[in-house]
Amino acid sequence: MSGPQHLISVADLGREGIAEVLRVAESFAEVERRSVPKVPTLRGKVVATLFFEESTRTRLSFETAAKRLSADVLSLAVASSSVKKGESLRDTVETVEAMGIDAVIIRHSSSGAPHQVARWVERARVVNAGDGWHEHPTQALLDCFTVRQVLAERKGAAPEELGIGCFEGLRVLIVGDVRHSRVARSEVLAYSALGAQVTLASPGSLLPPSLEGWPVDVAADFDEALGDADVVSLLRLQAERGSGSFVPSLREYTAGWGLTARRVARLRDDAIVTHPGPMVRGVEIASDVADLPRTVVTQQVANGVAVRMAILFLLLGGELPGVAEVPDVA
Amino acid sequence: MPEPKVALVLRGGSVVGPEGLTRADVAVGGGVVLDVAASIDPPKGATVLDAAGCLVGPGLVDLHTHLRQPGREEAETIETGTRAAALGGYTAVVAMPNTEPPIDSAGVVREILDLAVGCAAEVAVSGAITLGRAGTAMAPMGELAALGVTLFTDDGAGVQDGALMRRALDYAKGLGVTLAQHCEDCCLADGGAMHEGEWSSRLGIPGMPAAAEEAMVARDIALVRLTGAPVHFLHLSTAGSVDLVRRAKAEGLAVTAEAAPHHMLLTHALVAGYDPVFKVNPPLRTDADVAAVVAGLCDGTIDAVATDHAPHAPEAKDVPFDQAPPGMLGLQTALPVAWEVLSPRLGPERVFALMSAQPAVIAKLTATDPRVGGHSAQGGPVEAGAAANLCVFDPAATTVVEPGRLASRSHNTPYAGRTFQGAVRHTLLRGEPTVIDAVAQR
Repeated sequence: MSGPQHLISVADLGREGIAEVLRVAESFAEVERRSVPKVPTLRGKVVATLFFEESTRTRLSFETAAKRLSADVLSLAVASSSVKKGESLRDTVETVEAMGIDAVIIRHSSSGAPHQVARWVERARVVNAGDGWHEHPTQALLDCFTVRQVLAERKGAAPEELGIGCFEGLRVLIVGDVRHSRVARSEVLAYSALGAQVTLASPGSLLPPSLEGWPVDVAADFDEALGDADVVSLLRLQAERGSGSFVPSLREYTAGWGLTARRVARLRDDAIVTHPGPMVRGVEIASDVADLPRTVVTQQVANGVAVRMAILFLLLGGELPGVAEVPDVA
Repeated sequence: MPEPKVALVLRGGSVVGPEGLTRADVAVGGGVVLDVAASIDPPKGATVLDAAGCLVGPGLVDLHTHLRQPGREEAETIETGTRAAALGGYTAVVAMPNTEPPIDSAGVVREILDLAVGCAAEVAVSGAITLGRAGTAMAPMGELAALGVTLFTDDGAGVQDGALMRRALDYAKGLGVTLAQHCEDCCLADGGAMHEGEWSSRLGIPGMPAAAEEAMVARDIALVRLTGAPVHFLHLSTAGSVDLVRRAKAEGLAVTAEAAPHHMLLTHALVAGYDPVFKVNPPLRTDADVAAVVAGLCDGTIDAVATDHAPHAPEAKDVPFDQAPPGMLGLQTALPVAWEVLSPRLGPERVFALMSAQPAVIAKLTATDPRVGGHSAQGGPVEAGAAANLCVFDPAATTVVEPGRLASRSHNTPYAGRTFQGAVRHTLLRGEPTVIDAVAQR
């Protein structure tokens, strides 16, 4: 068998693995454009989402992806589960697996929780839907997918024709609360694996304590770095993780590091702005800027489904949609 | 008084003395060493234990053992913890006061001393510096000192309030006891679950910087200078801490220090798999810190190897990394680890000094100390007339670490599956074998 058993980190995929995900995601994006956007690929498989932390888009996106692949989807509502009665993560996971689950999609506030879950399961595949400050691999993959899509559109080419060559030398500027951001850690791994040059722009208190081993530069001057960027990836200031106390005030953060209307003027015309959501308008991004065509937040959300279909397909097997052409209308 | 009869002879070993090794048999009876000589013919009826090729040293003394009783008997008891100690070559351990309830009253001290009777190692009790280890008011140190408590610490946490620590030091001077500090500025540590640095940044785990330890080491050195009272630094783990203590000693200040075996060998890179068995406080740090701790042990800056044996029940460690309690087992692996790390640099007499004589002095468990009380003299030397607390170590054997086969009630050893050169073969407590051929006798 080729490829990883689980998707815990972008590093599990490597450059070729990421290319494969993007390629497969394109064929699922095609499925989504059909009148009945559903394929029998994972019929008979059961996918469970275990979200120990709040989420809107990621959970819906994974569940939509699984349903479009005809998998049965179980969703553990932590608030009303045995977790509230003191059941451990390990027992919860083992209970779920005992019901014959094929894949567990987990989000947890503790970094490394999916790592541990992957050690505890016997046969189920584990997909990390975000763990603490550590990683959010499918978000980074869908960001790469979206950037390639935009670049392809501009060239009037199909994304697949661009391969991953379009990332070579691409200048990606990741802005904001890198310290507490799982999206940033996954994006750094994904973009740099694809050959992009990643730069971080952040107040010192929101940078990770050490960047040893990170294939990144740190921008000396944010405003200047904006003028060089092909892609600007904005991060949310994670107030719920206490990030508020890492800057004097939201107002000062916005003044120094927010993508304001004034700063947008520094961007090159073709620069793309991404944001993993949820956006806090008026803090890391001005409302006007959020609504500019160059800001591709809605496309990111839309692409999330295709990318997550690709991940589930690659981990759980089945036939590619080109082979199993007949949509499942059952 | 009649001369005690020889009850047991250790044959074929080399006695570890202050100047090095001497090939000798050791005869024991009535709880004391009766004879050390090149060849001793065992009298009829005496037990003979083979010690061929082994080092016969003083029983080890651990300054830092969490026995978990009372309160956490699912993790360890005094019975199981001292059995693990004996298997590790120990004849005495200092019980840390972070039990439930904590050791901040005479009643708890008496309970522990009662439970320790007949166990496989002697148990000295350390008391809390502050009531409930809460860091707000002094515990009744005088009352505890009267029961023989010689070390006080809030271990598990440092005393954050500098003024309170200063008062406690001033108060302790009159009692002749030593305060021991778990150095961690909790504001700087900020809830960190591992060493702050390259790995914490990559893994997304909140880190505690080396500065959190060093800031309190520096503060307490200033307090020793101010008060003249001694301080013992528990489990030093950073290069900066070792350097601060080295300079304080050069200045002539009354400071002593210990280091844990895991800080002599393991680094924060082990956390990469998010296994909470590698979560410990102070945390595993960098290669440079490990080298500095080893250098500190070799040049005398650090006086003792202390295990920080911290059992945790499996369910407590089988949780996400940031939610797991810190701590790892140490008693049964300390000497093999220390041997692997230190014996290429230090003679066996120095390794035993770091693990027996010097910790015995810090805990005031030696023969010459008036506070010995119910204890036998610990820390050697191995000579006629001394208490027969002995550790027989075979450098040619190996220690294979299998978590499920450790005597501790918990299994949280960071060395699972590892093999170390050297193994404890026999342990004698007051002349009685607590371990024979690596098998516990109690």
